[in-house]
Amino acid sequence: MNTQSQPTDDLRDLYRELILDHARSPRHFGKLESTSHQAEGINPLCGDKLRLYLKIDADQTISAVNFEGSGCAISVASASLLTETINGLSTERALDYYANVVYLLTGVDAANPEIRLDLGKLKALEGVREFPSRVKCATLAWHALHSAINNTNDTVSTE
Amino acid sequence: MTSQSAKKSKTDDSDWRGNFPALHQEINGHPLVYLDSAASSQQPAPVIAAVQTYQECSHANVHRGVHTLSHRATEAYEGARDRIADFINASSRTEIVFTSGTTDSINLVAQSFCRPTLKPGDRIVISHLEHHSNIVPWQMLCEQTGAELVVASIDESGQVDVSEITDLLDERVKLLALAHVSNALGTVLPVKEIIGIAKTRGIPVLLDGAQAVPHLPVDVQDLDCDFYTFSGHKMFGPTGTGVLFGKESLLEAMPPYQGGGDMILEVSFEGTTYNDLPYKFEAGTPNIAGFVGLGAAVKYLQCIGMQRICQHEKELLEYMTTQLSEIQDVRLIGTAANKASVQSFMLADIHPHDVGTILDHQGVAIRTGHHCAMPVMEYFGIPGTARASLALYNTRDDVDALVVALHAAHRIFS
Repeated sequence: MNTQSQPTDDLRDLYRELILDHARSPRHFGKLESTSHQAEGINPLCGDKLRLYLKIDADQTISAVNFEGSGCAISVASASLLTETINGLSTERALDYYANVVYLLTGVDAANPEIRLDLGKLKALEGVREFPSRVKCATLAWHALHSAINNTNDTVSTE
Repeated sequence: MTSQSAKKSKTDDSDWRGNFPALHQEINGHPLVYLDSAASSQQPAPVIAAVQTYQECSHANVHRGVHTLSHRATEAYEGARDRIADFINASSRTEIVFTSGTTDSINLVAQSFCRPTLKPGDRIVISHLEHHSNIVPWQMLCEQTGAELVVASIDESGQVDVSEITDLLDERVKLLALAHVSNALGTVLPVKEIIGIAKTRGIPVLLDGAQAVPHLPVDVQDLDCDFYTFSGHKMFGPTGTGVLFGKESLLEAMPPYQGGGDMILEVSFEGTTYNDLPYKFEAGTPNIAGFVGLGAAVKYLQCIGMQRICQHEKELLEYMTTQLSEIQDVRLIGTAANKASVQSFMLADIHPHDVGTILDHQGVAIRTGHHCAMPVMEYFGIPGTARASLALYNTRDDVDALVVALHAAHRIFS
């Protein structure tokens, strides 16, 4: 039997080495003991569930960020990349990243951010756009970030 | 089915595949390999044609008009009922209630059979492997009545323990509701033995047969179950169709589930006389085209013969299970001795959703996730599984394609 089917370019684009690396070894993973803001994100259809912890100082700087939970490679990698990106930023700039990433992933005009940022490593998430059923996985942590910063303390659901 | 119709049926299994137009297409540049029939099965050409012919030539409302089209529609709709009664060996066509699906059928029994008499202290018994549709209606019922929902455990193989269920069936139990075949694990439950025990204690039994009817011969009189529920779209019929079989004496005693047209004999503002069985439970204009299609699906199954289908799938499931277990890092979930159609598994520590995406890109359609059976996933300590499920149209080539695709997934993540 031929067991050597090769992944297509789309698939390689989705599971880039950077994504796989962050999925295997998520950064800033685990509960943050001293936290000022947090939010939970769930994707009920596939069972992704993560909690994002933020420590936001008086000057609105995010001085610490962690996440914990379980999910597919895309949702975990996206959350891990999020933590690397926003650590040390102002909440305002973090929300700019939120808008930019959601726009990158969905292309929805309503999410068209006022400020266009250089997304750097986050561009690795671009491949998700070709997989409509997986966009929710990639946006999950970012919606949780939005909820946490806005202090709604709500559980964010993709459904 | 009759031996005469068996002679007319196809002799080569690959011919069955030819009957299903949807299977003959490419997905992402690969021939479609459809291994998700436990979620919803594809429809054979005779079902598609029956629905189309009905729409083009016979559509009108049923049980009403004196005109020709209404007569044709009624004949086609009621003909499906006769065929389904024959298919599961109901003793009367009045025992076949048309619903929108298994979920609807179970809710009907919960609200119409159980709710009027259930009181605090009473119990409903289910098992740990049930689909949410055989959990949540009972939870709602228990909230409404103060009754208690009791869950029988499963073992590592995904099978229930008959002696544990036997111990649970005391005088407090007002209904035992079990899957005939588990949708997440493929386990065939020893339902006949369990029903026999329940009968000696006078406890009525409902079976969720959604995953059994497309794969096994089902005889409700032989099983001696009180209620049997199943869905049309998992047995090659249209979505939005389902069946509740109920023993006539029980259905007779039950109040209507919903009020409306068609379920009445006479209405005045002083009161209403309900219609006879099964119409008492079929308020409103039904999914006529859907049931015409379901009737054609049952005819298709009868022409092939459920024993043949069962044997074909049994051999194929054994082949698939063996092939999967030979892949490095595959963990099989659901390993009961008696199984049908379904194999759930985990591939290394790759999330099932990622497995599903990679397989889809090679044309292989499987289901990933919790399969509407979250307690089963909790039992096995996993967020979900990848699940390959078989139907009569699958072949060893499909299984081989699955294996090739899984090797590719393994390479991407290794």
